[in-house]
Amino acid sequence: MQRLTNTAELKVLRDNLLQAQDPHRPIVRVCRGPGCLAVGADKVSQAFQSAIQSQNLEVKVQPLVKDTGCHGFCSQGPLVNLAPANLCYVRVKPEDVEEIVQTTLVKGAVVERLLYSDNGTRYKSAADIPFYRMQQKIILQNIGVIDPLDIHDAIMAGAYHSLAKALIEMSPDDVIRTVEISGLRGRGGGGFPTGYKWKRTVENARENPGPVYIIANGEEGDPGAFMDRAIMEGDPHAVIEGMAIGAYAMGVNQGFLYVRHEYPIAIRHLAAAIAQARALGLLGKNILGAGFDFDLQINRGAGAYVCGEETAIIASLEGRVGEPVTRPPYPSQQGLWGRPTVINNVETWANVPHIIDHGAQWYADLGAPRSTGTKIFSLVGKVKNTGLVEVPMGISLGALVEEIGGGVPGQGRFKAVQTGGPSGGIIPYELKEEFTDYHFHPPDVKPADKMELSVDFDSMAQTGSIMGGGGMIVMDDHDCVVDLARYFLRFLEEESCGKCLPCRLGLKGMLEFLNNFSQGKGAPADIDALESLGKALVDGSLCGLGRTAPNPVLTSIRYFRDEYLAHIVDHHCPAGVCRDLITYRIDPEICNGCTLCAQTCPQVCITGANQQLHTIDQDACIRCGACMDVCPVDAVVVD
Amino acid sequence: MSSSENPQNQVISFTIDGQPVQARPGWTILETARHYRIHIPTLCFHPALKPWGSCRLCVVEARYGKRGKVMPSCLNPPIEELEVFTDSERVLNVRRWVLEMLLAGCPASREIKKLAAAYGVTSTRFAVTDPEEECLRCGRCVAVCNEVVGVQALTFGSRGVKKVLETPYRVPNNACIGCGCCVSVCPTGALQKRLDTVRGDLSRRTGHGYAH
Repeated sequence: MQRLTNTAELKVLRDNLLQAQDPHRPIVRVCRGPGCLAVGADKVSQAFQSAIQSQNLEVKVQPLVKDTGCHGFCSQGPLVNLAPANLCYVRVKPEDVEEIVQTTLVKGAVVERLLYSDNGTRYKSAADIPFYRMQQKIILQNIGVIDPLDIHDAIMAGAYHSLAKALIEMSPDDVIRTVEISGLRGRGGGGFPTGYKWKRTVENARENPGPVYIIANGEEGDPGAFMDRAIMEGDPHAVIEGMAIGAYAMGVNQGFLYVRHEYPIAIRHLAAAIAQARALGLLGKNILGAGFDFDLQINRGAGAYVCGEETAIIASLEGRVGEPVTRPPYPSQQGLWGRPTVINNVETWANVPHIIDHGAQWYADLGAPRSTGTKIFSLVGKVKNTGLVEVPMGISLGALVEEIGGGVPGQGRFKAVQTGGPSGGIIPYELKEEFTDYHFHPPDVKPADKMELSVDFDSMAQTGSIMGGGGMIVMDDHDCVVDLARYFLRFLEEESCGKCLPCRLGLKGMLEFLNNFSQGKGAPADIDALESLGKALVDGSLCGLGRTAPNPVLTSIRYFRDEYLAHIVDHHCPAGVCRDLITYRIDPEICNGCTLCAQTCPQVCITGANQQLHTIDQDACIRCGACMDVCPVDAVVVD
Repeated sequence: MSSSENPQNQVISFTIDGQPVQARPGWTILETARHYRIHIPTLCFHPALKPWGSCRLCVVEARYGKRGKVMPSCLNPPIEELEVFTDSERVLNVRRWVLEMLLAGCPASREIKKLAAAYGVTSTRFAVTDPEEECLRCGRCVAVCNEVVGVQALTFGSRGVKKVLETPYRVPNNACIGCGCCVSVCPTGALQKRLDTVRGDLSRRTGHGYAH
């Protein structure tokens, strides 16, 4: 690759690439996001490659097969998008590829059975599908479109255009001011204003001259969250460009990408992207001839959740044990090797090029007044459409879950939404309408004070939850809040670094309470004790992990105290989840004696002859629920 | 801020439990409180060591304007006009719970029983895993060996609830010079019983392996 020596050459390269591209050439985009890979997207991609290369296709132009990042609609994977026909095929199997090639690529017709259909409507293009229609894709706009391993593809989509703009048109202070005016807040969950953080760091560096460092936090450990993964895998150049712009603004020559070891594809794509950017002169010495040096290095996290905390990242990068230290001093004062350091989430960095490109005011107009821009959520749990969604901040929770998520599958009823992962809270779904936004209105405004709960930093914090990294777990009435709180506490107890006593002993202690509750033990007074212990952790713990760890428990007690009381007083789990409080039985009216449950039962404790009523031996039953899952007539009921 | 020209003479004026106090530059809230003989309990703090902030017993509630925050006094320097409360309800809540959990965590320690009793905590609701345990993993011994003695014979092993005090690779460490500093700084006396696991059997520590 020819090294670019000035910004004009970047533009020439882009124009040449765009001209060389045949707009009529068919492009097959196979999603290789985590969800699609798990259901065999790599085999689909291989099938396309071999089907196109092996035979002489009767087409004028050879189609191009691209392995792209996540398309977002994970529940319908593997996903294949075809351009320029603008078709979206869902649940594509390797066997279907031959038909797609023959019907769509050769004849130009549509394979109807592979289109997404909902309520009897078939949707040809992705943009029409309700799941995509409600979204506003800014960070995700290139993800799923470009080939992340090819920098030319990214440049055609506009990558590094903002870096060139910043280098020639803006002074470093202009860049910081633009980011500050845009209102961008940290996407890792804390919501700290990014521009302010940058400004403070530069001021600290001026008082104390020397190197400044920037770090991208790609240690995304929340269960059920994969936003940063999608960005790093699908559009690594967005992160690199954002960091390069930040480096220019703050006078940084060395940046670090701290990515968890569990994301090998992200690391591979980032490494390839860095190497290609270096070859083009977009990283390294004298970037685009602007006299600015910046390089990036990838550091892998060794699997500790707490290393997503900024002081723990610094400790880990310095080669110390990944344990947080008390702030202040903040990293912007004394960070990596004692120097001012800016740590931003991967998604925050990926926002920066768009702000520089379109301007601060454009970004400030997106989303809600105090939470500007868009946010990526990974929508999982009891919704029909699970996947990665990007929506403007301030969207109502109801719209996000019901219209984009498509509602709860089956007979269930929405119960709650868990936001922000293990550090977030459980918000009852009813709150979406009864939420009173007293924060922005004077207290005497009464008439229409029932407004929809909006998804932004401040409204989420008022419910007792947090926005967090963007995990959003939807629960229905078959999910038990005690069990979910217990699940998150167990996760955090494993992941606590053990440095401070409230977190190390407190998480264990809170788990002891919850384990008792889930077994029907304890007294109502224990709920208050648990709440008080949770508050002690919030006040007493050293870092964000311990300070936010009680959130799932505190919010579930606040909103679902009845459910806790049902466990303790009535020894009954209303959702039918907590194993010690439930029994499975077979309804004699419904059972048709198919013997499937008896064959599945791991304890072999279901008896009954063929075509006759089956019964469960309650003494041997381990309440695994396998019989309930296989019963074709739903005769197994839980009490 | 005082208008004195020598920055060493500048003092920071604030209040602890309503009492006006003055801190020298560089003092933490805890050091100021100790200077005025205001009692704040500590376990991991030791004047010879850098504050580590693990026990969280020294938390105080600091109010500045309308904002109140519970913070460890051993790590935080005061600012002008700060109002510090050493025994507000939020502070006592943290202390009582930490002490109650410590009663289950180190049930054999008399020091902790005494300290807990002073805060009205005499029994614990939590499960006792090891009735002989005295170590609370405060980190004083590790810090003294590292910062003062400079041999790094001791370290923490494992993580989270499994965190233990041990030597690298769990074998007696030849780096240990047997100075006993770790024993003398231990707030509960837990290290007295463990010293031999750190320095090894003295009768066998001769010859080439004995590095120091």
